[in-house]
Amino acid sequence: MHSDLNNFYASVECLHRNEIRNNPVAVCGDPAARHGIVLAKNYLAKAAGIKTGEAIWQAQQKCPELIVVPPNYPLYLRFSRLARSIYASYTDQVEPFGLDEAWLDVAGSCHLYGDGIKIANEIRERIKFEMGVTASVGVSYNKIFAKLGSDMKKPDATTVISRDNFKQIVWPLPAGDLLYVGHATERKLARYDITAIGDIANASPKYLKSFLGKWGEVLWSFANGYDNSPVIHMGEEALIKSVGNSITTPRDLETDEDVQIIFYVLGESVATRMREHGFKCRTVQIHIRDKTLFSFSLQGKFHKPTNLSSDIAEKAFSLFLANYSWLNPIRSIGLRGCDLVATNTLEQLSLFGDEKKSVKQEKAENTIDALRHRFGHLSVQRAVLLRDAALGSINPKEDHIIHPISFFKEGKLP
Amino acid sequence: MDEKRYNNPNKVYVSVKAVFYPHGGFKPISFVWEDGTEYEIAKVTDIRRAASLKAGGTGIRYTCKVQNKEVYIFLEEDRWFMERRKG
Repeated sequence: MHSDLNNFYASVECLHRNEIRNNPVAVCGDPAARHGIVLAKNYLAKAAGIKTGEAIWQAQQKCPELIVVPPNYPLYLRFSRLARSIYASYTDQVEPFGLDEAWLDVAGSCHLYGDGIKIANEIRERIKFEMGVTASVGVSYNKIFAKLGSDMKKPDATTVISRDNFKQIVWPLPAGDLLYVGHATERKLARYDITAIGDIANASPKYLKSFLGKWGEVLWSFANGYDNSPVIHMGEEALIKSVGNSITTPRDLETDEDVQIIFYVLGESVATRMREHGFKCRTVQIHIRDKTLFSFSLQGKFHKPTNLSSDIAEKAFSLFLANYSWLNPIRSIGLRGCDLVATNTLEQLSLFGDEKKSVKQEKAENTIDALRHRFGHLSVQRAVLLRDAALGSINPKEDHIIHPISFFKEGKLP
Repeated sequence: MDEKRYNNPNKVYVSVKAVFYPHGGFKPISFVWEDGTEYEIAKVTDIRRAASLKAGGTGIRYTCKVQNKEVYIFLEEDRWFMERRKG
């Protein structure tokens, strides 16, 4: 089954502030830091036509009496953990999908607690009573249909999709409702007169593959209910394939120096997180988005794996210098270390590089990690970051606690 | 990042005295209301996790007998709160 906490951020905010409960409410990012978009809204705001991802001013135009509140991530994390502890009392197969969604496999618990529907209803009741928010639950025999089910009836409802009724329930739905059919794929499908999930199911997989690539076959199996991926066990961490951070900067970046500062900020965060997880990367990838929202990515390889922030930042910066012509100022930058290897892997020393120096640097960075752990992130800083205090004092490692995840965590498909 | 706290007029944080048993577990025995009066808890009749829509919060809810009335005291993380009665 799949459980989805309804309007999660907005519901939690409304629970804690009764004065706003009966008004349209939107949880929005900080406009001063240029994160001013709608992150979540309640049903009254939804009724006014407000959409997640809209800019605050767009939302306020549609609904002048809209109440805008800032997000409170630590609180949402606490509520997310509460929900997971409820799930965990029914099964150890709980696979979170973001903060507010999770798949549960209760097949092994049915003889204890009753069938899936009974467990789903019990979970909904407990979430409502114990947490003061509501959840929609989809019950089905595979993860894809369970997720579809949880999206169908909201709020606080259970939807059952079985082998007997999926053709009536799932197939008439628009293709865009299927997991991994985004706007681009939806448009592409529409060009071939495929608009409903049933159309995908009834097309031949070869035909779909001819214009969607291997995704065609995947979507075809999703639409027919052939997805048989398991719900992972708790504590079975998904394999990390890359470590990255990105940031929309408080102001547009206009010079090479600005970009260099941000690469050092991101590089330190990425390097620290790689060290925490015991990885080194062989490739670094940068992502640039300019003021016009045009974006592109570049990759560069290291001669040998590294987890030093200076190596990563310098590589990223040289990639950038070689490829960006400053047509437009830059709005956001991402940095990612991929092609990971474990830190304790034996490595080929270089005849020409300065091995002593890199060992020294590694020690220095570990010391900085320890200092920051004890005295806070800003206790030790690179001098280059002081050239622009606003840019240099960003702490992507701790400010961004929510990392997006993918359905294909183990990299088993596409 | 620390959790932001909300100021809800119906949520009254109280001081609670409790007994901790040698074999583990504890029981609240009295609380101090915002006016400074200390009330004794005669009996705890129920303990369960619950949300308080009135006060805006969630925690472990202790249903208590106080001066022959039933009241809820919530343990939210490391603070205790109660709901303000209307009127």
